[in-house]
This record gives sequence, structure tokens and C-alpha cells, in this order.
Amino acid sequence: MLKDITLGQYFPGDSVVHRLDPRVKLVWVVFYIAALFQATGLASYGVMVLVTAGCVGLSHVPPKALVKGLKPILIIIVLTAVLNLFYTVGTPVVQIWKLTITYEGIARAFFMVIRIVMLICGTFLLTYTTAPVALTDGLELLLGPLKKLRVPVHEMSMMMSMALRFIPTLIEETDKIMSAQKARGADFESGNLLQRAKALLPILVPLFVSAFRRADELAVAMESRCYHGGEGRTRMKQLKFAGADYAALALGVLLVAGMIGLRVMGL
Amino acid sequence: MIQVEHLTYQYPGAERPAVEDLSLEIGDGQFVAVLGHNGSGKSTLAKHFNGILHPTAGRVLVNGLDTSIPENALEIRRTVGMVFQNPDNQIVANIVEDDVAFAPENLGVPSEEIRRRVDEALRLVGMYDYRMHAPHLLSGGQKQRVAIAGVIAMRPKCIVLDEPTAMLDPLGRREVITTVSRLCREQGITVVHITHHMDECVGADRLVVMSGGHVVADGTPEEVFSRVEMLKDEGLGVPATTELLYQLRQAGMELPLGALTVEDCAGVIARALLG
Repeated sequence: MLKDITLGQYFPGDSVVHRLDPRVKLVWVVFYIAALFQATGLASYGVMVLVTAGCVGLSHVPPKALVKGLKPILIIIVLTAVLNLFYTVGTPVVQIWKLTITYEGIARAFFMVIRIVMLICGTFLLTYTTAPVALTDGLELLLGPLKKLRVPVHEMSMMMSMALRFIPTLIEETDKIMSAQKARGADFESGNLLQRAKALLPILVPLFVSAFRRADELAVAMESRCYHGGEGRTRMKQLKFAGADYAALALGVLLVAGMIGLRVMGL
Repeated sequence: MIQVEHLTYQYPGAERPAVEDLSLEIGDGQFVAVLGHNGSGKSTLAKHFNGILHPTAGRVLVNGLDTSIPENALEIRRTVGMVFQNPDNQIVANIVEDDVAFAPENLGVPSEEIRRRVDEALRLVGMYDYRMHAPHLLSGGQKQRVAIAGVIAMRPKCIVLDEPTAMLDPLGRREVITTVSRLCREQGITVVHITHHMDECVGADRLVVMSGGHVVADGTPEEVFSRVEMLKDEGLGVPATTELLYQLRQAGMELPLGALTVEDCAGVIARALLG
């Protein structure tokens, strides 16, 4: 169960997508989502599927990993499909008891599922191809102008990269605690939802206590390594725009424009 | 390098001080081992070396700078690097080289210089081939070496290691100890190694034994370990080699106690047997 949490997991690689500036990738995801929400018809969804497939292909991320990432939200996908299937008004196709499946419902359910799947794939591709530190660095730089408004941008990005850093560590720890509890007869698999939620409590308490202890030690370790906030900090890996970055940005703009065009044409 | 003058430290809410009226001087380039069991005050002492804790009474000077003055904190921390017990809780980045770069980044070192220092530090601890790895996939000994590299990248004059081997297997322990002693011998970095393993103190220049917040013995490992009875009274025991020589002496053989390595010990016994 715990192994399925893939958010924030990075697939080291050296593809074109990996090498792009994280700021470009972040902006691209925004473009991508904007474009995705312009899609209304078969043609526009087709374009988006091609774009997504193209990005995945360029990134060399195994598609299996993306499918694995979809697993935890399977329920949401199924629920969306079912709700859209039955609750869309239009030309009836089949009628079972009080429920009617309409032609429009089928189309809408289909498109909604594709939309959600692509939304997840697109954002996962970002975290799969961008080292979390690069991602938070990119975010910090993109949001940099907000520092003038006293928004603690550096602190926020530092917190985010710490959280990402500790996900695998805390998952490992949770597994350990679960094994320890199981060895003493705890039962996490049977019973109804409420019982199972209750069974998780003995895991959460030690997990939280240890997380706080870790945080404490980490803070001391960071101070020992001269951390004193974002002021006067330099970076080993400085972000620089290359040709590919400008090209990617141009393509992103083109994509959004194209999708808006398709929408206007009603495709 | 580090001067401790009549240091007393009492944790807030504690009944008695963890360290009491302790004076100690650590010279440049020395490899000092601090030995003591849990609650002896050795970690509390270590936390004073780079100003994490401030003395309740007395003072600690690092290169002449008083650790209790907040303005000195940064200068002291770049002079005295600290490696802690749990490697997981001191690694801040998801990639080995990014973690090593953390300290120089904080110090505002220019990027090309950071790159140079990171590569150099990783080579010194023998982790250069792992620079692109994720730290949580490394073994304990490797993680601890990364943590050491992260400190070396600051170019400190002294490294304090607070029980760096407590959570490692024997192999990882050896990795860390050899790395640290090499740094001391080849780079001339002063090393303060806090531990409760006797055998890790054998190669040190100087051994300080702590108990109940006081220094109970201070000298070369040979001198200190020769005082077998005293160490046993403190509940510490001695390395297996010394223990063997001690037992043989109790049984009536004429043997010196100062041989700490297995080879020396074997030599001493052989010589005694051959007359």
C-alpha cells in the first residue's frame, strides 16, 4: 500500500525533458493544464493525447511508472466515469431500472477520464523528470518577485524540499512500525473502514513522535552546517536558459494557442 | 583549536548538570577520542564545540572566539564541523552531491568553487562514484561518509563526530573510522571523535574518558587503557587485547599493558613466552 505513493519520486535520467530548466517545466505544466481544459472535442483531445504521449516518449520514463502512479486515484477516476455516465442529460442509449445511460454521458465520461488521466500523467512527468531540489529551486526563482511582498518564498521552498526529502525515509519508518505492530498481533487488513482506521492510530502516534524528533535533529544539523536562511545563499547548480528551453516555451505557447483555436472552431 | 574553561552545563529542568566544571584543551591536528557511556556528558560536551549549546557557566573558545556570542556562531560553525549519530536526520537533499553542496551554499561560496569543493570532498571520503545517487538508497556507512563530506565541503579546521558509528554495522563502522583517521593524517584536520566503543579509540592520539560529567582520564590510549581497574570501576571495560594482557598479568605473567593492536599484543606475548 505504502509503496504506491510515488509523488515526489524522481527517475534519474538524461533525456531532453530531464535537461530542461525546471522553471520551463513548471511553466509548461501550467500551459499544459490550460491547454487540457480547452479540449472539448475528439480532435482537441486527440492533440492532447499526442502531446502527452510525445512528452512521455521524450522523457524515457517507463510508461509503467506512470500507470503505477495512477493506481491510488483509481477510485476517483471510476467515480467520475460512473457519475458522468448516469447523470448527463441527453439522448438515451440504454435504460436499466431508473438509471439512464445517454450518448452524451458516454462521451463525457470518456473525455473526463482521459482528462484526469492526462492531468495526472502531466504533473507526474514533471516530478519524475525533475529532481525535487531542482523543482523547489525553480519554484523559488519563479516566485522570487513575491519576496518583495514579504512572502517567505525561500522558507516555503526549503520546507517543500525537506518534505520531499523525508518522504522515502518516513515511508520506510512506517513500514518498520507496521511490521513491529504486526509482529505483536496488530491487524491492519480485516474489518470495516472504521476498524481499519482505528488500527492505524498505533502507527501514527509513534510516526509523529519520531518525525518531530527527526525535525529537531535536522534543524540542529542544518544550523551546524551554517544554514541561516536564504540571505546570502549561493547555489552550486545555477539555472540557465538554453536553446531547448526557449524552444520548449515557444511550443508551450503554441500549444495553448492551438487548443484555444480548436475550441473556437468547436472541435 | 578548542579551549574549554570550567564548563558547566545544566539542561533546563534537569536536577544536576550534565557537564560540571570541565576544562579541556584540544590542539591543532590532533585525533582526540572521547569515551564514555550513556549519560556521561560526552554528547553535551560535543554540542558546546560549535555553539549548539551555550555554557551555563564557564566558557568555550574556538580559535579564540567565544561560542556564547551569537555574532561568532557562523564563524565557529564553519571552523568546527559536526557529524551526528543518525545519518538520515542530517542529510538535507535528495541527491548526494546536492547534500554535500548545502554547507558551502549557505556560506555564499561562488558556484564554481562549490562544484570544486563538492567533488574534492566526495573524493576524500570515497563517495565520488555515488554523487548522483539518492541518499536513502545508500548503506548506513555510506550515508555517514556523505555526511562527513558535507562537513568537509565547508573546509573546517576541526570535525566533531558525535557517535557517528552508533547506528552502523561493523563494516560501516570501519568505513567511517578509516575515513576519519585518513582526514586527520592526510588533511591535517583536527578530529574529535565521541564514542562508546573502546576499539574505536585505539588509533587516536589522545583519549579522554568521561563519566558523570567529569573527565576521569586523559592521555594516550596506551596510558589510559593501562589503568584497567579504574576503567572497570567506571563500568567501561577495555579493548579485548588489553583485557587479555591484564588477565595474563593477573595470572602472574610479566607483561606491559600498553599493546593495543592485535599485532602488538601478539608480539608482546610471544616475547614474554620466548623469554
